[in-house]
Amino acid sequence: MRTPLGRARYLGSAKSGTSHFWRQRLTAVLDIPLTIAAVVIVISLFGRDHAAVAAILGSAFVAIVMILFIVTSVYHMWLGMQVIIEDYVHEERVKFIALMANSLFCFAVGLTAVFAILNLSYRV
Amino acid sequence: MANTKAKAERPLSPHLQIYRPTLTMMMSIVHRITGAALYFGTLLLAWCLLAAAAGPNDYANVKWFMETLLGRLILFGYTWALLHHALGGIRHLIWDLGYGLGPAEREWLTVATLVGSVGLTILIWFVGYLSMGGI
Repeated sequence: MRTPLGRARYLGSAKSGTSHFWRQRLTAVLDIPLTIAAVVIVISLFGRDHAAVAAILGSAFVAIVMILFIVTSVYHMWLGMQVIIEDYVHEERVKFIALMANSLFCFAVGLTAVFAILNLSYRV
Repeated sequence: MANTKAKAERPLSPHLQIYRPTLTMMMSIVHRITGAALYFGTLLLAWCLLAAAAGPNDYANVKWFMETLLGRLILFGYTWALLHHALGGIRHLIWDLGYGLGPAEREWLTVATLVGSVGLTILIWFVGYLSMGGI
């Protein structure tokens, strides 16, 4: 983040600055209420048959909350795993491949989960 | 890289094994481990949602697996990791705002994270089993 004064004086970060840190905190704060909501939703699914589960997950409010939970938490874990890789993997080529794999994993898992929710909600 | 060997010969700054383990340090490590576990746990969430979207037969397979002992253990661990990472995250947000950094406060907060995550996990499973009408 850059302050307006810093921008006016051409001060501040030349690169991404604190944006990685800030996005991790932003998604962390969003995930506090969303995790509580997701846990409540998952508990409400326990012991129900497929038709009931599909109906609950597909209903508009639940679907939107679950999509928000998935998107924010997948973005959060994308940032988090990037930091873990950068901390422990020092060989440049291995690090590069690991960072690419991290991105691929997060996009694949996130899009799969969102696709499933959308698929259920189109049927309700 | 060509210069990696030259770099390795330089003295290293003291690392984990130098310091006496403290509770805040251990919880910091556990925060990272639970985060990494949740990273792969998301596969489980995606699998469950995809199975629910695929139809009753696929969902029955998921339901069968989750009700086995291994499935329950994984779900129990997932619940604890999620709650521990969430509470640890709240603790870090409190610290980010500049509060709770005193010697007694930071210890108290760290113990509260651990006790809270274990307590909440047991409570959630109790409520879960209760809502299903027992085991």
